Amino acid sequence: MSGEAKPILVIGGGIAGITAAVEAAEVGYQVILVEKDAFLGGRVMRSYKYFPKMCPPTCGFEINTRRLRRNSRITVHTLATVEQVSGKAGDFKVKIKKRPRYVTGACSLDDSIAEQLTSERPDDLNLGMGTTKALYYPHDMAFPPLHMLDRDALSESDAQTLTKVAPAGAIDLTMTDEEIEVDVGAIIVATGWRPYDATKLDNLGFGQCENVVTNVMMERIADPRGPTGGKIVRPSDGAPAVNVAFVQCAGSRDENHLPYCSAVCCMASLKQARYLREHNEAARATIFYIDIRTIGRLEKFYYNLLADANVAFVKGKVAKITEDPGSKDLILDVEDTIAGHKPEQKFDMVILATGIVPNTVDVKIPFELEYDEYGFIDGATDVEGIYAAGCAKHPCDVSRAAKESTAAALKAIQCVNRG
Amino acid sequence: MEDKIGVFICTGYGIADALDVDALCKVATDEFNVPFCKTVESCEGPGLKSINEDIASEGLNKVVIAGISPRRYPDHAFPEQVMVEPVGLREQVVWCLPAAEEDTQMVAEDYLRMYLTRVKKRQPLEPFQPEETIDKSLLVVGGGIAGLTAAVEAAKAGYEVKLVEKTAVLGGWLAKQHKSIPTRPPYRDLEDTGIDELIAEVDANPKIKVYTSATTGEILGAPGLFDVTLKSAGNGKPEGEVVDQFRIGAIVQATGWRPADPREDLPYGKLDNVIRNVELEEMVKSQGRITRPSDGKEAKSVAFIQCGGCTNKEHHSYCSSICCLTSLKQALYVREQDENSKAYIFYEFMRTPGKYENFYRRAQEDDGIFLTRGDVTEVKPNDNGGLSVTARDTMLGEEIQVNVDLVVLAAGMIPNAADGEAIRALEDAKVTMVEGDSEAKKKDAAETLERLKQHDGTQILNLGYRQGPDLPSLEYGFPDSHFICFPYESRRTGIYPTGAARQPTDGMGSRADATGAALKAIQCVEMTARGEAVHPRAGDKSYPDFFMQRCTKCKRCTEECPFGVLNEDKEGTPLLRATRCRRCGVCMGACPERIVSFKDYSVDIVGSMIKAVNVPDEFEEKPRILVIACENDAFPALDLLGQHRLQSSPWIRTVPVRCLGSVNFVWITEAMSAGYDGVILIGCKYGDDYQCHFVKGSELASVREKNVREKLEQMAMDTERVELHQLQIDEYHKLPGIFEKFAELIDEIGMNPFKGM
Repeated sequence: MSGEAKPILVIGGGIAGITAAVEAAEVGYQVILVEKDAFLGGRVMRSYKYFPKMCPPTCGFEINTRRLRRNSRITVHTLATVEQVSGKAGDFKVKIKKRPRYVTGACSLDDSIAEQLTSERPDDLNLGMGTTKALYYPHDMAFPPLHMLDRDALSESDAQTLTKVAPAGAIDLTMTDEEIEVDVGAIIVATGWRPYDATKLDNLGFGQCENVVTNVMMERIADPRGPTGGKIVRPSDGAPAVNVAFVQCAGSRDENHLPYCSAVCCMASLKQARYLREHNEAARATIFYIDIRTIGRLEKFYYNLLADANVAFVKGKVAKITEDPGSKDLILDVEDTIAGHKPEQKFDMVILATGIVPNTVDVKIPFELEYDEYGFIDGATDVEGIYAAGCAKHPCDVSRAAKESTAAALKAIQCVNRG
Repeated sequence: MEDKIGVFICTGYGIADALDVDALCKVATDEFNVPFCKTVESCEGPGLKSINEDIASEGLNKVVIAGISPRRYPDHAFPEQVMVEPVGLREQVVWCLPAAEEDTQMVAEDYLRMYLTRVKKRQPLEPFQPEETIDKSLLVVGGGIAGLTAAVEAAKAGYEVKLVEKTAVLGGWLAKQHKSIPTRPPYRDLEDTGIDELIAEVDANPKIKVYTSATTGEILGAPGLFDVTLKSAGNGKPEGEVVDQFRIGAIVQATGWRPADPREDLPYGKLDNVIRNVELEEMVKSQGRITRPSDGKEAKSVAFIQCGGCTNKEHHSYCSSICCLTSLKQALYVREQDENSKAYIFYEFMRTPGKYENFYRRAQEDDGIFLTRGDVTEVKPNDNGGLSVTARDTMLGEEIQVNVDLVVLAAGMIPNAADGEAIRALEDAKVTMVEGDSEAKKKDAAETLERLKQHDGTQILNLGYRQGPDLPSLEYGFPDSHFICFPYESRRTGIYPTGAARQPTDGMGSRADATGAALKAIQCVEMTARGEAVHPRAGDKSYPDFFMQRCTKCKRCTEECPFGVLNEDKEGTPLLRATRCRRCGVCMGACPERIVSFKDYSVDIVGSMIKAVNVPDEFEEKPRILVIACENDAFPALDLLGQHRLQSSPWIRTVPVRCLGSVNFVWITEAMSAGYDGVILIGCKYGDDYQCHFVKGSELASVREKNVREKLEQMAMDTERVELHQLQIDEYHKLPGIFEKFAELIDEIGMNPFKGM
């Protein structure tokens, strides 16, 4: 039955989208995977390690890229966005816009070419901390394994350099947007999430105090491939961060920001406390929380951390973070709800556990769909033929996203079979 | 078919600047007598196209392309019938070794020799096709929310399903619930469980056959070929009587959960008015109101004690995920019953993840629900037939005491899953007690019996697997799986645990999980029918062949296979169940007689690659170090080493393996005999947080490494010449240090004394 079935479109090439694509394709169905970035992997490629195993996301990603390479039923479009969807379950027409990479793939490049350029751009893999050359390899495990050229960042003289030093046919500066149209039977929306904008939390000092960073930034800081080469240091002076505060629910569970719980931030902070402790045995972590939500087997991770004398858990809401102008240390005004008093505490660095915002909060799928009040495509509001998975649906961790996208693959298969 | 070998040597990517390409060509044409050898400027895009044109026009069926890493090609870059060996000269030679040096050239030439040897020895793959037709229907074990969902979703995709439930009715725990926690926006309101509709859908679906009051008495066979015998679980028929027998292709295990025993210091079972959350649920469902069991009086005040059997610190256990939500729901039952009623919830952490926070907020807004973060220290009867609950409020630091009619303990969830390996060990110990040939063995067996006695008679699936009748267990009795990236990968191919049997979960999570498990079961039968391996070597068409005439029945393969692929007969002869196989090659590594081989991966192929290297004599002072690298993590790490322009060592020669567990240690002794100065094995992390994609492969290699050291001693060789490293894929930066240290070691202990002998 899979032979004549229409393909399944997967929007989003993060862990949820990749999983949905390979799972459906391995059953025997045609899949078109559309990713807006120049590479697959999405948010997980910006994580240093997964909880609770403390293993690198690249380990599973390598297996997934092998599954992608091996499977001729999957067509991957990177730098691509879905512009228009029409039709109905079993028979959708989809317009996809592909932005130019300016790198043809005729002959892959190496960084010695990029090093001859002077133009730089903000390193979006590292969340803008640091820069890359205008011609860059997105990350170690980039799939497709191609460089990307940021045309807007490329100076005229660098453009000329490129024509001289790049292998013939490898770069094409005349590439333009391309539009393709595909017929698909079902659509899986795995458009993922972005961190809540911490500058909106004006009492917590992000953007004003140099040493207040977010949890997603911490993933990059702790990563040896990140902007600090894996050294956990303060942005203000590069000094080792020894005494670090983690502020939970930075935006989440707050009616003025994100009323829901972002589900992963407790585990993320506990994991990052481990980064800190494994990085520097003198380091101390203090975690300010409302509830520690380490659900299921993850509870053990919390217990193990409880046993660490250099990790303190304080139930309390951080009311305000200010900066000591001289030392750039941070002063936390905390309502410690257990101890009952309000200690002013000083820290070298503060990590805000910012929450999960669905990308669909403002970038909608171009089709009549229902979203919940937070912008998620809730499972209960599924339109026939369109299925959401992962953080497009609700905040969730990698394992849950993988399960849901596997489930979405089956829903899509049912639909293309009927179609 | 006659071999027509072609070699393409790429001159682009700086290869021609770093290496003498003519000399490389001579290796192919002069040493290996390859009739077709050509240089190409690129092996991608137009370069790849021209290679493919040459393959077609020359009729080549075996091709070596010395250029970019094999990880850069899609598998369908070449015609399927052509065997292609890409050699990553760019990543693993040119990018990580000094250009235009003799030693670098030697590395490149050796790699060409190794892969030419490999391609020559490779045989075309023929997908495994058993004589019998692969059955594509599914068996779902368990008729609760997860099982019903799996059955319906698989049937909707067109697959026949047999659903077996041990009780007399479908629905499981959800059918015993009055209302369900919210499953849709705004996540504030109680909902009907929807279980009746789901059961009706199952009953009405002609593709689903339901068996109630039945259990799986026996499941023999393998994916695509499972033969199931259902036995009666009572309810009219004599227990154990055969109900039906049929064949299915894959299994979803949705056997659910049972409530945990509450904390021992609370008077559950001693005081009538202390009940568990499951009992409250059944009470509301059956009688529509909440009463005191002691006297039937309406309960106007109820205290809920969270973690009433689960995450007690002393138990050091897991969190059951849904007890907080259940207590909030039940608090609403209390409140709906009477507007003056009161519900007290004592908790440590309120766990309402995601949008369930809205449900928590609703409870917080309710004046009659009192949420207290505190430890309950005592529950005792009070004067008016109710209970007095004392707790220490951990937020205010003071002791509080409330009088209530009823105390509800939020008991946790215990998986209904059995530990197949433990049951097997127990059964083996029983046999040893009778047949053991020494007192020491019998003593060990008695200890095993005592240690594992709680597993006696716990089997659920009753699989006919040598390694036990159920899936192996992870901590706390949950079935083992790769639970982060690949959450469905169990250690029994074609058997997918789901729902609360494999982790505590809510109904919505169970439904999604069960739908995913149904997909995996369908995927397994489809891939099996195509003769392909499932995850992680998805699509691999090779499979192991056992040359049985030389088998000594040592049982190593049957015991060590991580996936329980091999059964054995009474004499211990391994019986291959090929559709269970994940193609890791652990059996190949285990076999002392070297009788296991794949058409494209065998002891001979890898051994020959190792021996294809030119080993200089000791006077040249160029050591040779064999690196055996797991292709899943260590081999990509070697690519990354080059990608980052770190320096490798010109002494190493790397051979990738499917898994470190597939390393047959004859390769090491042969390497030493061939004059290598040492061997470095690099595999994935093992232990509790294992990263091995075949679960036990690298761990097995570490055990076998000890045996190989003994062998080296017998050869009068320094045992330090073999090293095993666990390496994460992102730890490529550690490799130069590992190589350097090893080279220093060789320098210290001297070259292999057998060199040139």
